Amino acid sequence: MANTDNKFKNPSGHTLSLSREQAVELFIPVVAVLIALVLGALLILFIGKSPLTAYGALLKGSFGSKRDIAETLINVTPLIFTGLSVAFSFKCGLFNIGAEGQFIMGQIVAAWIGFSLTGLPTVIHMPLAFLAGALAGALWAALPGYLKAKLGVHEVINTIMMNYIALYFSHYLVMGALKEPGPIPQTPPVVEAARLWRILPGTRLHFGLILALGAVWLVYYLLFKTTLGYEIRAVGINPHAARYGGINVSRDIIIAMSISGALSGAAGAVQALGVQFRFLDLFGFVGYGFDGIAVALLGRNHPFGVLIAATLFGTLARGAITMQSIAKIPKQIIGIIQATIVIIVAADEVLRRILKSKSVATQDVVEAGEVGSDGD
Amino acid sequence: METNLADVTIYIALVVSTLRMATPLILAGLGGVFSERSGVVNIALEGIMLIAAFMGMLISHFTRAPWLGVLAAVASGAAIAALHAVVCIKYKSNQVVSGTAINLFSVGFTGFMLRKVFEHAGQSPPVPKVADWTIPLIEKIPVIGAMIGKHTPFVYLSLIAVIISNFVLFKTKLGLRIRAVGEHPKAAETVGVDVFAIRYLCVLLSGALAGLAGASLSLGFLSQFRENMTGGRGFIALAAMIFGKWTPYGTLRACLLFGFADALQILSQTLGLTFIPTDFLLMAPYILTMAALAGIIGRSVPPAASGIPYERQK
Repeated sequence: MANTDNKFKNPSGHTLSLSREQAVELFIPVVAVLIALVLGALLILFIGKSPLTAYGALLKGSFGSKRDIAETLINVTPLIFTGLSVAFSFKCGLFNIGAEGQFIMGQIVAAWIGFSLTGLPTVIHMPLAFLAGALAGALWAALPGYLKAKLGVHEVINTIMMNYIALYFSHYLVMGALKEPGPIPQTPPVVEAARLWRILPGTRLHFGLILALGAVWLVYYLLFKTTLGYEIRAVGINPHAARYGGINVSRDIIIAMSISGALSGAAGAVQALGVQFRFLDLFGFVGYGFDGIAVALLGRNHPFGVLIAATLFGTLARGAITMQSIAKIPKQIIGIIQATIVIIVAADEVLRRILKSKSVATQDVVEAGEVGSDGD
Repeated sequence: METNLADVTIYIALVVSTLRMATPLILAGLGGVFSERSGVVNIALEGIMLIAAFMGMLISHFTRAPWLGVLAAVASGAAIAALHAVVCIKYKSNQVVSGTAINLFSVGFTGFMLRKVFEHAGQSPPVPKVADWTIPLIEKIPVIGAMIGKHTPFVYLSLIAVIISNFVLFKTKLGLRIRAVGEHPKAAETVGVDVFAIRYLCVLLSGALAGLAGASLSLGFLSQFRENMTGGRGFIALAAMIFGKWTPYGTLRACLLFGFADALQILSQTLGLTFIPTDFLLMAPYILTMAALAGIIGRSVPPAASGIPYERQK
């Protein structure tokens, strides 16, 4: 398991290894997924279809051929980025519900840099466009970070507001300044030099996947191997104690939100530079940002957990299309399964109580004091 | 084509359109007020509205009785809110996460059921909607009558709900308890208030009001359900609640302002307002809310215990 070498110091100085507690941490997401899949099966029975056929079609749609696998991975790629984004903010005790808006800003800015500059070599243009998208996402998240750090305004409301501002702002741009001449509301195509490389011949799979895997490692390194990461986690666990310990909490909040935003912006950038090759007018939220919340929660806010969760949700989303066309099962069932997973992971106190009562019965557990939510 | 701004029909259209856009916001916003005043963040308003709009349509479709549909919408809104309440109050989960899960669920659930029941994507068939109410006498007054004399009942219900909510929150013992629980639950419990009971009540009430807001969409302004028909109204309602400083009248004013911005956007062609990009009018509610929270236009401060699960004292 990816987590076994995860020895890190918590702020009180204890070294943790994979303990019973951590085993429970890993167990909860697995149980959540199983319960949700069973619920999905019941719903499929309810509409008079066979769950086996349905899930079979789902797997076939996701992994049936080289092309299917490639398309699944294309789905997984932005989810890795947005999942990391939300997880990173959680680690600092922030809830970046604005991944969706940062995604949009990253997408449109990457497309803009991608089509407006010409004559640059790929090695310059492609990273430039990608980083511009990440920067746009970072700036879009830095504002709510700043408002939280300096004025104490809760980031949840501000990031929700900025999702909608991004939606309408992108519409304004794609209907105006950045619009391609012609009847369709879209930007001109991203030039060849700014497009992400295709990495699997005969498919649309692009270099963004490699970038996403790189981001997983980078976030892991940043969070667990650097001073900044240690500080950010300390702020997430207890900002008052962190401040007392000499950490500049305001600064870390702004940095954490900016990094979180950069990751969501990167998700938008890979969609613009690797899949769509332009920015198409949005008629509503695409949902990668919101799905990122589910990915982060299921992945327990750990970069490796995010990778696994993004793979699961990306697979479900891709397979659902086949499930709908072959087995005639509405693809919305995936949304229900996802929501069920999130609610079970969110209400993990229920599972925790069940597991705890068992462990008390079977083992001599020294209670290290109630670790629960603070009352007030 | 140049529009004559002296033409009174424009103003009538503006008022009617404002009320139309504001009504679901007012109802859902009041739901937000009750929930947050008691200390529970409810970002599930959006999802609750959507499910309620669907259930209302469904019952109206099968019974052909639109008011039964309204009842079903309110009941289903309260039921979904009950789930939120149990997860947040009993199990002390993160309230924003629970709300997010409900919002995710609502889109999946309504889309799934739409196909299951009607074998149709996108929208339901037309169903009976509740008949408009006309206000005697006022209806007869020129101009005013056309503006406010005849509307779907939800418009009037939302205004009545504002008055009742304000009375309950600020003139009754229950209201005092709700506010105390949201500001300082420990102190409230010390003087014998059941913190959990008050919070359950308020979250259920917020679900019922959001349910009514959902019904206003599918059985009031339209007579069918459309996928994702709430279109972010639950979040604008949250914004209005904040902009209105967590009070019923403040929320009403904010909803009317946001509704007005929306009406201007819809009528911008007719009004010759094309120099303002419609997207900026659509953005206005969100920018204003952020400004209000940042203290640029009258600081909005949330209830002190909002979002924090309460642990009973032992």
